[in-house]
Amino acid sequence: MSLGADQRALTARIRFGLGRRGGEALDGPAERWLLAQLAGPDPGPAGPDLASCLRAIAFDRRERPPPEQSMARPILRAEQQAALGWAVATPRGFRERLVRFWANHFTVSLRQGGVGALAGAFVREAIRPHVTGRFEDMLLAVMRHPAMLLYLDNAVSVGPDSLAGAGSGRGLNENLARECLELHTLGVGTYTQADVTALAAVLTGWSVDINDPVPGFFFRPRAHQPGSKRLLGRVFAEGEAGGVAALRFLAGQPATHLHLAGKLARHFVSDAPPPEAVRRIAGVLGATGGDLGVAAGAIVAIEAAWVPLGKLRAPQDFVIAALRAADLPDGQAPPDLAAVVAGLGQPLWNAPLPDGWADDAAGWAGPEAMLRRIDWSFSLAGRLRDADPPALAEASLGPLLRPATRAAMAGAPSRVEAMALLFASPEFQRR
Amino acid sequence: MRGVSRRRALLGLGGAVTLGGRVRVAFADAPTRARLVVVLLRGALDGMGAVIPYGDPALMGLRGAIVPRPVGQPEGMLDLGGFYGLHPALGGLHGMYRAGEALAVHAVGGPSRSRSHFDAQDCLECGADHRLDSGWLNRAVAAVPGPRPAAGLALSVGVATPLLLRGPGRLAAWAPGAMGAPPADFYARVAALHQADALTGPAIDAALAERAAVRAAGPGGGGFAGIARTAGRLLAADDGPRVAALELGGWDTHAAQKNRLGAALGQLDAGLVGLREGLGAAWARSAVLVITEFGRTAHVNGTAGTDHGTATVAFIVGGAVAGGRVGGTWPGLARAQLWEGRDLAPTADVRGLAKGLLVAHLGVPAAAMAAIFPGAEAVAPAAGLLRV
Repeated sequence: MSLGADQRALTARIRFGLGRRGGEALDGPAERWLLAQLAGPDPGPAGPDLASCLRAIAFDRRERPPPEQSMARPILRAEQQAALGWAVATPRGFRERLVRFWANHFTVSLRQGGVGALAGAFVREAIRPHVTGRFEDMLLAVMRHPAMLLYLDNAVSVGPDSLAGAGSGRGLNENLARECLELHTLGVGTYTQADVTALAAVLTGWSVDINDPVPGFFFRPRAHQPGSKRLLGRVFAEGEAGGVAALRFLAGQPATHLHLAGKLARHFVSDAPPPEAVRRIAGVLGATGGDLGVAAGAIVAIEAAWVPLGKLRAPQDFVIAALRAADLPDGQAPPDLAAVVAGLGQPLWNAPLPDGWADDAAGWAGPEAMLRRIDWSFSLAGRLRDADPPALAEASLGPLLRPATRAAMAGAPSRVEAMALLFASPEFQRR
Repeated sequence: MRGVSRRRALLGLGGAVTLGGRVRVAFADAPTRARLVVVLLRGALDGMGAVIPYGDPALMGLRGAIVPRPVGQPEGMLDLGGFYGLHPALGGLHGMYRAGEALAVHAVGGPSRSRSHFDAQDCLECGADHRLDSGWLNRAVAAVPGPRPAAGLALSVGVATPLLLRGPGRLAAWAPGAMGAPPADFYARVAALHQADALTGPAIDAALAERAAVRAAGPGGGGFAGIARTAGRLLAADDGPRVAALELGGWDTHAAQKNRLGAALGQLDAGLVGLREGLGAAWARSAVLVITEFGRTAHVNGTAGTDHGTATVAFIVGGAVAGGRVGGTWPGLARAQLWEGRDLAPTADVRGLAKGLLVAHLGVPAAAMAAIFPGAEAVAPAAGLLRV
């Protein structure tokens, strides 16, 4: 293996993956390592099934237990720990980065709708199975998932002329319909208020039965707005099938492909990606009917995506990369990873708004945010008292380690501070 | 020690260099004494839920289910002199109103009509009808005449800097609940590693300077009120920053608005009171501008909430404010008067309020407004916002 090939393999882990794990082997061509991750199923961390999560939420709603007796809270905590632990441990960092990208694209946040206990199941059921599949299948899985239906209020939206709506004073809630058009598919500026209202009417009845013996998605015919609806100049039939058709239609629009390509390019290439990279990804999505696996492969083939250190790591990315580099034995890792990422300003499944977390440096380079990373770098280094700082620096950054950092580490007053300087260095803050 | 002296050079001289010696000579030899706080309400405050136009004959038909009880009843609206009532959760604000220190301006709109939170927040923070790389408050701070306090002129509160304050102008920053501290010289080593980094270097310098200032200011308590109180204390210091931005969420009341809006307004109210406490004597020289990206639908929706709308209310409070009134032009709620048949119609641009405060309160030259609010040349600075 030549030095150049090793460098490229390390770059693949830093740019496309979640960082090199300890002394993880770098054998084989970098492209092959990446493309192999796009094949086959991806189990992800295990967790309770959807019905169990919904029963826990129903219990909490019904019994209003004190926090220590909540059924939903322990599910959320276990799911958060499992998800972050999986990201730290997985040998398939590129696949996991895709999962995290799409989970952020289709943000559900525990700040609204009481969906905390569903967030892990949402990623497991609606996101992870589709990251190398077709976008329309992911969109449908997301829009039918109770986490999204509760988070963006569609579960309680009622057709004003439906059996449940007529004369009741209840009616439409546009929240999910608007975010579906703006954030999930077409992007802002490509539709009208009338389209938002029409999609909201199309999706009436897409709800959750939380009290069924097997709780889950439930289409409520009594809440569905009667009649066909006109969305973006197309007519969609009354009923659940009309909603499926409308979502498939939205998923296939060129504006949707361009919107998704722009976000993928920002994530994998740079904060201001070259237009030809966006066009190339959009072209692949258009030509393949929205095949996300082929699109991910196309990103690997964009040479600009291989330029290292062009992206500031978001806090979760930083924590995951640092823990992978540290490769701590069981029992020595920080016990509460959710608290760590929350303390750095990016709590898991807790984005402020449905557009998810920022994916550019400006969103994460605030003064206090940087200082907290430095503080945590020091705290993590305290767990690595037996490690060899220069060796760990070499393994995680290779030739990307700057001479200034190497020198500062060499001159540090303690091994802990040397290690902390590595994690706090400008190059480790980036990918 | 090397790190400290370098920080001082960056923070202090940086501002003076930006302005140039000419400005230093032409204007005051001390930083402005005025304090300006901008509170961003993210998620779209229902302006008609906060300052309720109960005198409009169409109100109850549109949203009777979410209108609080009349003035004078238990948990009823708070009196604003007829026609308008204040939401009962805003008791502290009402006290400021009665003291002549709070002004509500109704039916204001931001630069965007998209009804998209994200687009509209970007536009509100950039001060333009499209997204820019920097926020209007950052550009305004750069245009404030006079020397800078050592800490920098503007304070960013929270872990992430809002777009409103992002830009080339240097910031002080503070966020509550910082974690345990490594040895001081460790920070100097890290700062040196980042010295040449245009992105992370200045951020780390600013954060280290501000953390020292917060320690000196003492504890402020929890929640938004505590954050506001500590921010007020930092602003009150003679050598502290003069401008700050705070953010508060919880306004996207698509369902069950009655409870959710009351809780969010209660937090805002406690925060405004906390600011006044923290500012202390500096309150008399302070103005606080409270703005949100857009309002919500005039009619209640099918889930006892409201959806994304257009015009809303803004508040300006502080000891320097000519308050005790509700300003703005009420457009009416009759069907033909609604924006696109569904929303409160905007009769004023929120940028006019911002311009009015920047010019009259912070002394930003009127000629700088074109660069601070590009494309809004037709929006005149609002007059009469301050006590004379």
